[in-house]
Amino acid sequence: MTFPPVIPQPVLWVAVSLLLYVLAKPLYQRVRFPLLHPVMVTGALLILILRLTDTDYQTYMEGGRLISFFLGPSVVALGVPLYVRLQEMKRSAPMMLSVVFFGSAVGIVAAVVPPLMMGAPDVVVRALAPKSVTTPIAIAVAEGIGGDAPLTAVFVVLTGIYGAVVGPVILRLFGVTHPIAFGLAMGSAAHGIGTARSLEEGQLQGAAAGLGICLCGILTAILTPFLVNFLLG
Amino acid sequence: MFGGIGILMLFLLIGEAISGLGLALPGNVIGMLLLTAALSLRIVRLEQVQGATNTLLDNLAFLFVPPSVGVMVYFNLLGENWPAIVVSLAVGATAVMLAVGLPTQWWMRRMERKHADEGDPL
Repeated sequence: MTFPPVIPQPVLWVAVSLLLYVLAKPLYQRVRFPLLHPVMVTGALLILILRLTDTDYQTYMEGGRLISFFLGPSVVALGVPLYVRLQEMKRSAPMMLSVVFFGSAVGIVAAVVPPLMMGAPDVVVRALAPKSVTTPIAIAVAEGIGGDAPLTAVFVVLTGIYGAVVGPVILRLFGVTHPIAFGLAMGSAAHGIGTARSLEEGQLQGAAAGLGICLCGILTAILTPFLVNFLLG
Repeated sequence: MFGGIGILMLFLLIGEAISGLGLALPGNVIGMLLLTAALSLRIVRLEQVQGATNTLLDNLAFLFVPPSVGVMVYFNLLGENWPAIVVSLAVGATAVMLAVGLPTQWWMRRMERKHADEGDPL
């Protein structure tokens, strides 16, 4: 049974998703509480509505697909901030590239080894591997290594929330106070949500975080297939 | 703005084609790198793509909504494996934070001391 019977399903679910998101966004901007991130609120409400109306995920995705299609051009669009930031920070670019290369490798290993040792199933481990990076890249990487896109999407959002809440505390504890070091770490570890948090600290922090998203995204996309094959056999 | 979307789609198309030839990188990431190269070589000008790019990136979070709804299919899997997932999320994110933050902090302080006379922190 579908609900309501008169409206075409794709149109209905695009409209409902958009409406919930438009309501959730100002709520987050007012309270600034990371667990109320608009993706979390909209996702949770949609799941509730789908359950109550007995609609399955496949039916929802007839509309959802139309939205997530734009993740493709959005990753390409990240080339613009990457170009702008590289122009601004030319002299530090080789250093940043090597540091983020190291950080991406550490991140993949640190995300994969603990669940592997705790006996989590293969599909969960593979979905966890690319979770540090921005969702559209993470999804493409996960699909490439036999992970599952929706699982990865949720892990990415949760990582971003953890990074935005706990990240600044950890960084301060270890004396990472330089605006570029702070931003690059937040963007690399917690993608867009970490970048939004870095922008609250200052423009330079936000710019460095934007660079962190792009660099970590590219390097994780390159490194994940090799490291996961090595670790999971 | 539509011209900008057209340029982004063209680079996505080229990226997907190259990825389809057997490169390990996702097509969208190849498209991003090609766009950065095209901007550096002035094949594409910043003004041509900036409008479309800002529109997409300002609303990026909305595009994650459909994949995150997919979690409804996995409630049992997540419920059974939550300790491993929580540990992976926390350890992974903390490791990246410190692996990137500490060396960059050290390097930036060193650069600042070196170039203090020139007044250029970058």
